[in-house]
Amino acid sequence: MSEPVHVPTVAEFAQRGETPEVLFWVGCAGSFDERAQKVTKAMVKILNHVGISYAILGKEESCSGDPAKRAGNEFLYQMQAMNNIAILNGYGIKKIITTCPHCFNTLKNEYPQMGGNYDVVHHSSYLQELIDSGKLTVEGGSFKGRKITYHDSCYLGRANNIYEAPRRVLEALDGELVELKRCRANGLCCGAGGAQVFKESESGDKEINVERAEEALSTGAGVIASNCPFCMTMLRDGVKHFNKEDDVEVLDLAELVSKANDL
Amino acid sequence: MQWISQVVFALILIAAIYFFSRNVGKIRRNILLGRDEDRSDNKPQRWRNMLRVAFGQSKMAARPIPFILHFIVYAGFILINIEVLEIILDGLFGTHRILSFMGPIYDVAIGFFEILGLGVLIACVLFLTRRFISRIPRFHKPEMAGWPTRDATIILISEIVLMTALLIMNGADQALQMLGNPHYIDAGANPVSGLYAGWMHGTFSEGQLIFIERACWWFHIIGILLFLNFLPYSKHFHIILAFPNTYYADLTPKGRFANIESVTNEVKMMLGLPDVDTNAPPPESFGAKDVQDLTWKNLMDAYSCTECGRCTSVCPANLTGKVLSPRKIMMDTRDRLEEVGKEMDSGVQPTEEKNLHSYISKEELWACTSCNACAEACPININPLNIIVQMRQYLVMEKSEAPNELNMMFNNIENNGAPWQFPASDRDAWANQV
Ligand code: SF4
Ligand code: SF4
Repeated sequence: MSEPVHVPTVAEFAQRGETPEVLFWVGCAGSFDERAQKVTKAMVKILNHVGISYAILGKEESCSGDPAKRAGNEFLYQMQAMNNIAILNGYGIKKIITTCPHCFNTLKNEYPQMGGNYDVVHHSSYLQELIDSGKLTVEGGSFKGRKITYHDSCYLGRANNIYEAPRRVLEALDGELVELKRCRANGLCCGAGGAQVFKESESGDKEINVERAEEALSTGAGVIASNCPFCMTMLRDGVKHFNKEDDVEVLDLAELVSKANDL
Repeated sequence: MQWISQVVFALILIAAIYFFSRNVGKIRRNILLGRDEDRSDNKPQRWRNMLRVAFGQSKMAARPIPFILHFIVYAGFILINIEVLEIILDGLFGTHRILSFMGPIYDVAIGFFEILGLGVLIACVLFLTRRFISRIPRFHKPEMAGWPTRDATIILISEIVLMTALLIMNGADQALQMLGNPHYIDAGANPVSGLYAGWMHGTFSEGQLIFIERACWWFHIIGILLFLNFLPYSKHFHIILAFPNTYYADLTPKGRFANIESVTNEVKMMLGLPDVDTNAPPPESFGAKDVQDLTWKNLMDAYSCTECGRCTSVCPANLTGKVLSPRKIMMDTRDRLEEVGKEMDSGVQPTEEKNLHSYISKEELWACTSCNACAEACPININPLNIIVQMRQYLVMEKSEAPNELNMMFNNIENNGAPWQFPASDRDAWANQV
């Protein structure tokens, strides 16, 4: 493993009178959720590795407002959005990458309605760009030849029609990509969206994440690739439900790439 | 004598068109009770969507068997209606097969319609089989009990009966042609009715054949006019509304939820921002309490829904046994809107206590993951999620009736900028351990 890395903030850039080329929007899960923090760190390592000028907002970042909006609290959403936009515009941010499809969707599709216009890219598309442009070469490493399945998150897939980029990234790993029965536009939700992850589900006969994990386990893949911190939580809980956590890993695309490259 | 039947025919036709237009007018009025929303942008893209999704049935293809069956019925509906045009002209002018002057083209067309008619008949029998013998689960969810299932059955059986009448009529016509009856001019190819025309020729007298032919002719055309007038009461209205509904469908990414502009001013005031519009009237209410609070497009969606249940069959909440069913959201919206419309027609004072939330429970609304599977699956681009979110907005912003855990989540976002209870100052703590 490499030296400790300093993660620059936009404020540091501003002090030098500069603006980073891209802002890495970490998101609440990426900031606070222990499991998602690993994805954040993996992404930082990749950004460092490719040597791009990037920074985070640090303490100045705040919830994008997605869960509030999906739950019907438009007031709270707009307050979050206005504050965030004031900060982003204040720093003159142009391009944003994020590892959370919910933040991605909100920043990309909903902030423009409130005066926040940025080039917002989800990390799966960004990784694909890096690979395609040759800035990042991915060695299959430990994933070479391994069976990997991929879970389409709703907010990357149906919400924004991004199905290819994550698959191209996985193909670069040289593993064997096995599709889930319900994939792409037919992908089944993990159960987290629409603020569900913050509450108990309504009564029914099964948890959605168990249904999805069951489907993922049935592929026989040793790795379930995800692109969303909330899917990650749901799928891991689902895998645990079947006591398969020792055999099947749930890994984010950023983690797969950084692990494969021994970053 | 001929003129009597011409007059009777004209009267029936006028009555049918009158009642149909009146009911369509009511539906139009009901749809326009919804909030304004501008869908007049990007016309070329809208036309393309309509051609692809409604005319070309592109989203039906996801399920091949119903796609093929539905396509036959759909093509039959559009093409056989050309023959209905001839029937109407014959009825009004007392002619017989007025379009037959087209010669070979006419013969081919009639032949083609017969094959199509048989196709429609078979497809409808198979549809009934799928519904009641194979019992495809999406047709037997709780919201389908009673009228919705009867509605579907009425439609399928009517189509079978109408097609049968058409084929018998053609058989009798051909038998009469064989007899050389001068009124029944030699016209039309009959690949289907030709199979039994000879038998009819040998079995029935000329008088009987004329009776059968006339009876089927009247039955067919009156049946079609009744069918037309059944549409506004039926989920089958989708055969009309599918076209405008796909034309006006949202063109933005499915993940984008619209901004509530009336909230923006309030928020600016709360945040003490300078550009507050102090003259803006205070917003009446937030979110959807009743159908009038939804947009006209939501209401058009409701009238367009054909209750196929594709949305519900892919809804993660429904699949795991929750009460939420996106199809039911659409059916309830339509039922409530019909109720509001009837109250308007009869001049009854609307009952305050009743609104859309009397039809759709909180349990349903809170079970949605906003996954968009329903909107993706809908063959005519209906968006149930859009209604769910507006109803949630009412519950949260007007009634403060969010589930407790969600209120906690709101508090956390408000106080520390994250949905969990972590201090905002720890937001970048991870950065020290990379
Ligand atoms: S968006 Fe909601 S209603 Fe539609 S399929 Fe997903 S969970 Fe069901
Ligand atoms: S909303 Fe669309 S998919 Fe759902 S039942 Fe109605 S027509 Fe079918």
